[in-house]
Amino acid sequence: MKAELKRLADRAEAEGLLDVAYASADSPFGELLLAATPRGVVRVGLPNQDPDELLEELAERVSPRVLEAPPRLDALRRELDLYFEGRLTDFDQPLDWRLSRDFRRRALRSVARIPYGETRSYRQVARGAGNERAVRAAGSACGSNPIPIVVPCHRVLRSGGGLGGYEGGLPMKRGLLEIEGASWRDGS
Amino acid sequence: MLPPFQALLDAHSAEVLAVLRGAVGRVDAEDCFQETFLAALRAYPEISDGRNLRGWLLTIAHRKAIDHHRANGRRPLPVAEVAEAGVHDPEPPDADGLWAAVAQLPPKQRAAVSLRYGGDLPHAEIAAALGCSTEAARRSLHEGIKRLRKELQ
Repeated sequence: MKAELKRLADRAEAEGLLDVAYASADSPFGELLLAATPRGVVRVGLPNQDPDELLEELAERVSPRVLEAPPRLDALRRELDLYFEGRLTDFDQPLDWRLSRDFRRRALRSVARIPYGETRSYRQVARGAGNERAVRAAGSACGSNPIPIVVPCHRVLRSGGGLGGYEGGLPMKRGLLEIEGASWRDGS
Repeated sequence: MLPPFQALLDAHSAEVLAVLRGAVGRVDAEDCFQETFLAALRAYPEISDGRNLRGWLLTIAHRKAIDHHRANGRRPLPVAEVAEAGVHDPEPPDADGLWAAVAQLPPKQRAAVSLRYGGDLPHAEIAAALGCSTEAARRSLHEGIKRLRKELQ
C-alpha cells in the first residue's frame, strides 16, 4: 500500500492537485510537522502541538486537499537539520503567509527580518509593523506565528531582555536562542 | 467541515483497493485505485455532503471499474495467433479463488457483490452506487451470490 500512496501523492503533485503537502521532521525538541502549499512553507507545527489538529486547521483554512507528501518539504527539512546543528543562519525557503493577516502579518514580516543570533523587543516588532503602541498585538502575533523557527519569533523578547512567551514552551525558546548564541535574561 | 484528504486515505484506501481487486482483478486494480483517488481528490473541495465519504469513495471506485471494463471491451487484446479452441482466464486466479470467481460475474452482480462484501455497503448505498432501486440491488446481489455458490461448489 505504501508504494500506491507514494505514487498517488506524486501524481497529485504533477497534476496540480496537491494544495497542501506535509511531512514530519525530527528536531532536538521533538517531532515537527512541516506543511507547504505550491507557493511555499505555510505551517511549522511544534512538538507540543497536536498534528491532527494542525492538519484539520489546514484543511479548513487553506484547502482540504491535504496529503502526506515529503518531497515538497525535503529542502526545508535539510535546512532545519543544519540550523539545529548551528550550521545554517538563514533559511532560504519561499513562504506562504496566508495564515496571518493585516497587523499580524506585518508584525511577522518584521520578525522575519531579525538577524540570526540577535533579539528584538515586542515594542520594536510593533514599530516594525507600523504601530509602536501595539505591543500586546505584537506579542499575540508572535504567539500565533504559523511558521515558527523559520520566522524567528523566538528572537523576540521583553524590553528588559526577559524571555516573554513561546508557543512551543519556554525551554524550546531558550534552546533555540542557545543554538544561535543569543543572550536573554531569565526570571522575568 | 471536510477532513484532510489524507485522513480518507488512511481510513479507506485498503478497502477501496480490496473492492477494486474484486471488481477488475489484482493486476488492473492498481491503475483503477490511482484513478479513483485522483478523481476523488479533484472533486473533494466541492462536495457538499461530507457525511458519507466512504460511500462516496466506493461509488467513484465502482465507476472507475466500469470505465475500465468498457475500455477493455472496446479494445480487444491483440494476439499473434488465434487459438483454435478453448477460452482463457482473463485474470490469474487469486489465492482463494473467491475474488477470481467474483471477477467472472456479470458486471452488475460483480459490482453488487464487491460493494457488499468488499466494501461492506448496505443495500441502499449499493443501489445509489449502481444507480438502481434498492430492490434491484438486492436482486443483483442475490443472483451474484447464487452464481458464486454454484461456481465454487
